[in-house]
Amino acid sequence: MHERTIAELAHGLRAGEYTSVELVEALLRRIEDLDGRLNSFITVTAEQALAQARAADQRLRRGGGGPLTGVPIAHKDIFCTDGVRTSCASRMLAGFVAPYDATVVERLKAAGAVMLGKTNMDEFAMGSSNETSWYGPVRNPWDTGRVPGGSSGGSAAAVAARLVPGATGTDTGGSIRQPAALTGITGLKPTYGRVSRWGMIAFASSLDQGGPMARTAEDVALLLGAMAGFDPRDSTSVDRPVPDYAQALVRPIRGLRVGLPREYFGEGLDPAVRAAVEDAVRVLESQGAEVREIGLPNTPLAVPAYYVVAPAEASSNLARYDGVRYGYRCEDPKDLEDLYMRTRGEGFGAEVKRRILIGTYTLSAGYYDAYYLKAQKVRRLIRDDFARAFEQVDVIAGPTSPTTAFRLGERLDDPVTMYLSDVYTIAVNLAGLPAISIPVGFAAGLPVGMQLIGNYFEEGLLLNVAHQYQLATDWHRAVPPGFE
Amino acid sequence: MEWEAVIGLEIHAQLATRSKIFSGASTAYGAEPNTQACAIDLGLPGVLPVLNEAAVRMAVKFGLAIGAEVARRSVFARKNYFYPDLPKGYQISQYELPIVRAGRVTIQLDDGAEKEIGVTRAHLEEDAGKSLHEDFHGMTGIDLNRAGTPLLEIVSEPDLRSPREAVAYARKIHTLVRYLEICDGNMQEGSFRIDANVSVRPRGESAFGTRTEIKNLNSFRFLERALAYEIERQIEVLESGGSVVQETRLYDPDRNETRPMRTKEEANDYRYFPDPDLLPLVLDEAWIEQVRAELPELPDARRARFMAEHGLPAYDATVITAAREVADYYEAVVAAVGGEAKLCANWVMGELAGALNRDGIEITASPVGPEALAGLLRRILDGTVSGRAAKEVFEAMWAGEGDADAVIEARGLRQISDAGAIERLIDEVLAAHPEQLAQYRAGKEKLFGFFVGQVMKASKGKANPRQVNELLRRRLDAEG
Repeated sequence: MHERTIAELAHGLRAGEYTSVELVEALLRRIEDLDGRLNSFITVTAEQALAQARAADQRLRRGGGGPLTGVPIAHKDIFCTDGVRTSCASRMLAGFVAPYDATVVERLKAAGAVMLGKTNMDEFAMGSSNETSWYGPVRNPWDTGRVPGGSSGGSAAAVAARLVPGATGTDTGGSIRQPAALTGITGLKPTYGRVSRWGMIAFASSLDQGGPMARTAEDVALLLGAMAGFDPRDSTSVDRPVPDYAQALVRPIRGLRVGLPREYFGEGLDPAVRAAVEDAVRVLESQGAEVREIGLPNTPLAVPAYYVVAPAEASSNLARYDGVRYGYRCEDPKDLEDLYMRTRGEGFGAEVKRRILIGTYTLSAGYYDAYYLKAQKVRRLIRDDFARAFEQVDVIAGPTSPTTAFRLGERLDDPVTMYLSDVYTIAVNLAGLPAISIPVGFAAGLPVGMQLIGNYFEEGLLLNVAHQYQLATDWHRAVPPGFE
Repeated sequence: MEWEAVIGLEIHAQLATRSKIFSGASTAYGAEPNTQACAIDLGLPGVLPVLNEAAVRMAVKFGLAIGAEVARRSVFARKNYFYPDLPKGYQISQYELPIVRAGRVTIQLDDGAEKEIGVTRAHLEEDAGKSLHEDFHGMTGIDLNRAGTPLLEIVSEPDLRSPREAVAYARKIHTLVRYLEICDGNMQEGSFRIDANVSVRPRGESAFGTRTEIKNLNSFRFLERALAYEIERQIEVLESGGSVVQETRLYDPDRNETRPMRTKEEANDYRYFPDPDLLPLVLDEAWIEQVRAELPELPDARRARFMAEHGLPAYDATVITAAREVADYYEAVVAAVGGEAKLCANWVMGELAGALNRDGIEITASPVGPEALAGLLRRILDGTVSGRAAKEVFEAMWAGEGDADAVIEARGLRQISDAGAIERLIDEVLAAHPEQLAQYRAGKEKLFGFFVGQVMKASKGKANPRQVNELLRRRLDAEG
């Protein structure tokens, strides 16, 4: 059963081939047997999952429910879940249980999906390797000596290892797409404002966006359909109807204009990754797409601008973790300053502290104009780059990450190299555009991902292109050895 | 050397919305600690602010009322600092682009002259919670009921030159926000708080001196006294060769002095930046015009109308329009009496205000309503009671003895207006004082008042004084 996609499971549940309870029990066993190798879950909610599965089965028996009814999923532990601990993979949120569901959780619950648990991640979503988690690193099922990418590394590893058919993630600078690429799955970062941020713990509010991760574009479409939509509780969510993503998948892509940014195929790109992506582009061409080279000249400014904006917002977003109201508090504080210093000193990990320090610095009097304001101007330039590109093409294609999965510990002491590994994904967040990563082959036995970037609210087109590609290829069916 | 004070005020007016500025929690005052703080007010992880439209409407009303520029686009910013009663570690405020810019109000000075005071800006922000230091045995309690309450911070230009001017300006703003019904103005409960920036300079100098800020003044009297003290203190410092330190000070009303607040040595850097959780606030013309159409008659316009149409003196018009409820009461009395505005004003400002003040009652809860007071004034005007007796009638009405006519009857206060009766009293008085009469006739005309007093006394105060005067004059002149 674990081999099946969400679409297949939905069919099997409806046809009565198995019940949701049987499915959930099978996957819970799998998690118990296999997750010791991966550490992809922080919390497994077996009892709640079985209760939800029983309710789903009842609905299914009466002929009710939708395509997600009874389908098991997992949530990145950045989404608040009513009554179930939410840690953001930080010691700082030790013992924290939210009295509310994130909108994403609420909507998937309403769609009948069954939550198996909360997945591991980089602490407060800060990282590209899932090594900064207080609950230990996640390992890549394709090679457990390597990272799964981050920050949504737990969701990616769990989906790739067939512990769960789909999961939620969040993407601030590539945190859905890069781990999807490094673990050989499909992950979509929606347009900023498409998916509500209510209940999703903030890292960098103007960049954060929740999105689905699964094995196929079709599954991602099913999950996105349930997650997306206006939410009056999030002022940045956009009031715009949600199209039927599943229906849009089947259109042929003849005449589709695909742009290849020359800046995404230059120095630093692993030749094997490049070769796999070029092969994938040829598949699209064979399906009738017209490919042309384009320019995104401000690409080199994206990483520096991101590492001003994101830490600045983070330094403020993470100020609420002060040991006063909830979460971690140091032992026996002597006075207020001691409470603040030791709580935050002990509660946050090194990467989080580094970013708080960077952000505090860039917002400081005398530096604000030179850093924060300038970074905002760069964002405008990057948006303009994309706007010009979308006058010529329908989608932009390129590698998701310059390399395949790297070894655990390899870049931990070299933050700049780590930051640069997000070079192709970060500009998308700065511009607020949607983008998807799909598996397009292997290099030395490790998955390679291709990123497709669309214009605002063109998630349907991205899923359409990805699905058409997946009809012609079977990279997305590859199973990591040992997780068959 | 002659010194001149330069004062600017920052007033925090708590907006009278039912729910908080970024959450649905209630803003009601006086609830049990932390019972009116929802997940958003507590700054739990993952929560987001949503702007309360009612707060925006109130800020725009204020902007329109002071002839300010109402920003078509304003931006909420985060002011970052750590404090236990600030749940998110930042306060959502407006910084570079406030909702209300450049307006002005006119104040009346003690000499009757008018002065225009610039309002630099007014911006929306959320209040913090409260730290409670008592009752916790060396610890601090945090009450977050107030966290997220909407405030309008109103910043004046440094146009004020004396504590009296500062009070006149603060009262003016207080009057205005209550007319607009955007703030209850309750200073005890902290709904209207004043911070004063003050410096001194030699008269004629155009550069400003170094200023100090006096925080959290919660009455007009304290504002005046704190400023007077602080101005004196700064002059003394300068005259003795010292220099004023730029600092925040607190006013201690018990000792009538200001003291520096204990602060960190380095200046706070609030690291303001636009709040990414809130979109820029964009107002369209039609919406603003709709708010403008809802504005009530403002105190300045009402004051001008009372002077032009009712013929009230400037002083009376100012006092009566200072509070919307008083002006409403006064207008109701004038309407019921059918004119006689000055008499109505005298009674509202005199007997009524005195009784309200004495018993600590709001005018809207006055035991003598405008109709009842009008009933009494009509009896003065038709000569049924004398002005003096009317005061007794009023007190009896206040005590609940019934309307004016009932009290007049019950207490026998009807005025003697019968000429024959008064003439008989005059006869008695003249007969009883032959010596004074002789002196009067010899030219000591001052004694006329003596005779009036004696006649009034003989009538036990009930004789109509105007008639006593007339009849007595006629009698004495006729015999002269």
